[in-house]
Amino acid sequence: MAFDSHQKREFKQVGTRPPRPDGIDKVTGRALYGADVSAPGMLTARILRSPHPHAKIVAIDTSEAAALPGVKGIVTGADFALPDDEFFADIAVNVMARDKALYDGHAVAAVAAISPAVAAEALKRIKVTYEVLPHVTDVDAAMRADAPVVQPGRAVETVPAGMGANVTHFCEFGHGDVADGFAKADLVVERSFRTAATHQGYIEPHACLASMTADGKADLWCCTQGQFNVRTICATLLGIEASQLRVSASEIGGGFGGKTTVFIEPVALALSRKTGKPVKLVMTRDEVFKATGPTVSTSIDVKIGMTKDGRITAGEAVLRYSGGAYPCGTVDMGAQAAFAAYDLAAVRTTGWNALTNRPKEAAYRAPGAPQAIYAVESVVDELCLALKLDPLDVRIRNAARKGTKSSYGPTFDDIGLLATLEAAKAHPHYTAPLKPGQARGLSCGFWFNFGGNTCVSLNVNTDGTVGVTEGNPDIGGSRASISLMAAEELGIEYDKVRTIIADTSSLGYNDVTDGSRVTFSVGLATIKAARDAIGKMCGRAAKIWGIDEDAVEWRDGAAHPAGPNAGQFPPMTLAEIAAVSFQTGGPIAGHHEVNVDGAGVSFGVHLVDLEVDSETGATKVLRYTVFQDAGRAVHPDYVEGQMQGGAVQGIGWALNEEYIYGRDGRLQNAGFLDYRVPVASDLPPIDTVILEIPNPGHPYGVRGVGETPIVPPLAAISNAVSRAIGVRMQELPMSPPRILKTIRAARA
Amino acid sequence: MVKVLLWGSMRTHTEGRAEVEVEARTFKEVLDKLAEAYPGLRPQIERGVSMALDGRIYREAWFAPVGPDSEVVLMPYMTGG
Repeated sequence: MAFDSHQKREFKQVGTRPPRPDGIDKVTGRALYGADVSAPGMLTARILRSPHPHAKIVAIDTSEAAALPGVKGIVTGADFALPDDEFFADIAVNVMARDKALYDGHAVAAVAAISPAVAAEALKRIKVTYEVLPHVTDVDAAMRADAPVVQPGRAVETVPAGMGANVTHFCEFGHGDVADGFAKADLVVERSFRTAATHQGYIEPHACLASMTADGKADLWCCTQGQFNVRTICATLLGIEASQLRVSASEIGGGFGGKTTVFIEPVALALSRKTGKPVKLVMTRDEVFKATGPTVSTSIDVKIGMTKDGRITAGEAVLRYSGGAYPCGTVDMGAQAAFAAYDLAAVRTTGWNALTNRPKEAAYRAPGAPQAIYAVESVVDELCLALKLDPLDVRIRNAARKGTKSSYGPTFDDIGLLATLEAAKAHPHYTAPLKPGQARGLSCGFWFNFGGNTCVSLNVNTDGTVGVTEGNPDIGGSRASISLMAAEELGIEYDKVRTIIADTSSLGYNDVTDGSRVTFSVGLATIKAARDAIGKMCGRAAKIWGIDEDAVEWRDGAAHPAGPNAGQFPPMTLAEIAAVSFQTGGPIAGHHEVNVDGAGVSFGVHLVDLEVDSETGATKVLRYTVFQDAGRAVHPDYVEGQMQGGAVQGIGWALNEEYIYGRDGRLQNAGFLDYRVPVASDLPPIDTVILEIPNPGHPYGVRGVGETPIVPPLAAISNAVSRAIGVRMQELPMSPPRILKTIRAARA
Repeated sequence: MVKVLLWGSMRTHTEGRAEVEVEARTFKEVLDKLAEAYPGLRPQIERGVSMALDGRIYREAWFAPVGPDSEVVLMPYMTGG
């Protein structure tokens, strides 16, 4: 569905900032999150987890636990189907281990009991006999031929022969002759980087309530980014039909990609099936860290050549990612995104994934891109410093633009990078004076964005209000944005529309809330559903007036006779048509079902000022500005919120957040005391500049905004820290000890 | 005939060629003809691919029309967070 270029419309609702419809419920504690749902006779479940990073499960003896009064059911891996499809099989084995525990925290058994205390006691009475195996948690070590083998035989056909047994994935992208490009450069810089795995850090732990009856009908309430996806996976793992499982999504306390799969839901369903009772299962924070999906951990080499006047002649990157104990294709995204901001004659990226004894990777905003772009943008910054060039001028000079053959293949159409860079250049932040000891860093960012399967129903109520039913959990304020687009299209006030998120039995399939897709895709489907309803309302008005349907047009929330030949009738508003809908043919509703394409890529530029305490190694972020091509900003508060949220998460990733594994292969910091996310006192206000360059693939020009903002902060912060201390930082996070070590090594 | 640009790691199954030609009018026909002409590509196609058609990325649109002058670029299946 193309941009409405024919409609030079003045938006009345889109672009305004009404209060969020879920705001009061959330700040008063009334909103129902995953752990807030209960049922009569409900049991409590707990999961027993492996204390070993890699161990053969020789035997599981549940007899003593089963004999404990109050214990109603126990499940192990044997209670779940092992699908033929590797995608589902990996989820099944991750949900509950079979013959091997693959990481510290891997689930091996679960108990349902009459109380949390009984369930906890029962876990102590389950006897698991392990044969501990050698482990590997570092991606470079895992790629070596002599590394402990996490899972044998998992390489896809693209992996060349002779690679280590943990290497599962290989990809390559690019064009041009990079050797020739490097030969043309006045300076070539080659550096290696490492980034730690980080967690999405959502506030709400995973939680669910499952109820399965003896006749195989099941209900599941859970916090998720995609109830339809949960249904598909759970039905497959439990061997039941999708139609027999209804999944309802709760309010969600953050997801950021980490709730696009399942961890506990099949376990609760299996226990409910076994016990005949509703079963509630809520993860502890320790479990969330140990057993849900962090990002990949990476090791990256980048080589870039540049002329004295700042033209990049060639770029090359080798990415080594580990998505934990299961095959992972996230490196594809990183390898494609690494150089996407640049117009290059010669570029090549190669990517590898290796298995490690870490939890299974889950998506985290723009999965794979922040790490790759961090490495590339760090080398670009080093080149700018060495050649005494303005880093923003260099990026403007080399910016991808319309007609650029992108580093991942397609030729770009209209894109907003250049406008975004120029906005940064013109902003007062870029020329604001810095005090001694302070430094400024910047970075570009990129994400692909996509659409996906989407269904919307729009019901016109007899009182003139409208209900929009959609199927994507609202993570970032999408209900307000969807209501705004419905109101805009129908020509009614925003407060006449209420948007709700349906369960899986009430609407057709909707893809997960991910990929920056919801405001774009659900918005598009909502506009189409509204147009469907408008067509029906025009039909009703035509009948009332006794004229042809095509002699009626919709303007300003009302049906009008289309021109003098249609007759003289006073306009009928939506409310007036709705009020007599029972008499004119029945209820009025609009629908639209589609697999949306045309999302349009997104670019951002981040500027940061900071200072580093050379005695403690602590970094203080002083000023931060985000520039992003967001397409039409439907609800600018939420667009700014996405930009600010991404920046803050990226600041945490750059400065402090990391999964720390000990030599024993166990996670050392599974809690927010030791895994340090930024808090308000760590941060300056995050300023935002929205560039509204319409996306040609959406009727209102909407573009996804949620993922791009987490991409630039890693390099922007690293570039600023490197400039502040006079040494190039090459590893994330740049925690105080790591910065001090770098400073001291440079002094030595 | 439609020219299809492949990403680098697929070239091992196309005798090293980065660009191949197939007779196709839609996204689905491109995939079918590729798998038929280059069986080594079939596992990747079955795992999932996206297609950039004149710069616009499609993930699953079988019937997206492909013309002889279209720029067709095969890409890994897009996932997001």
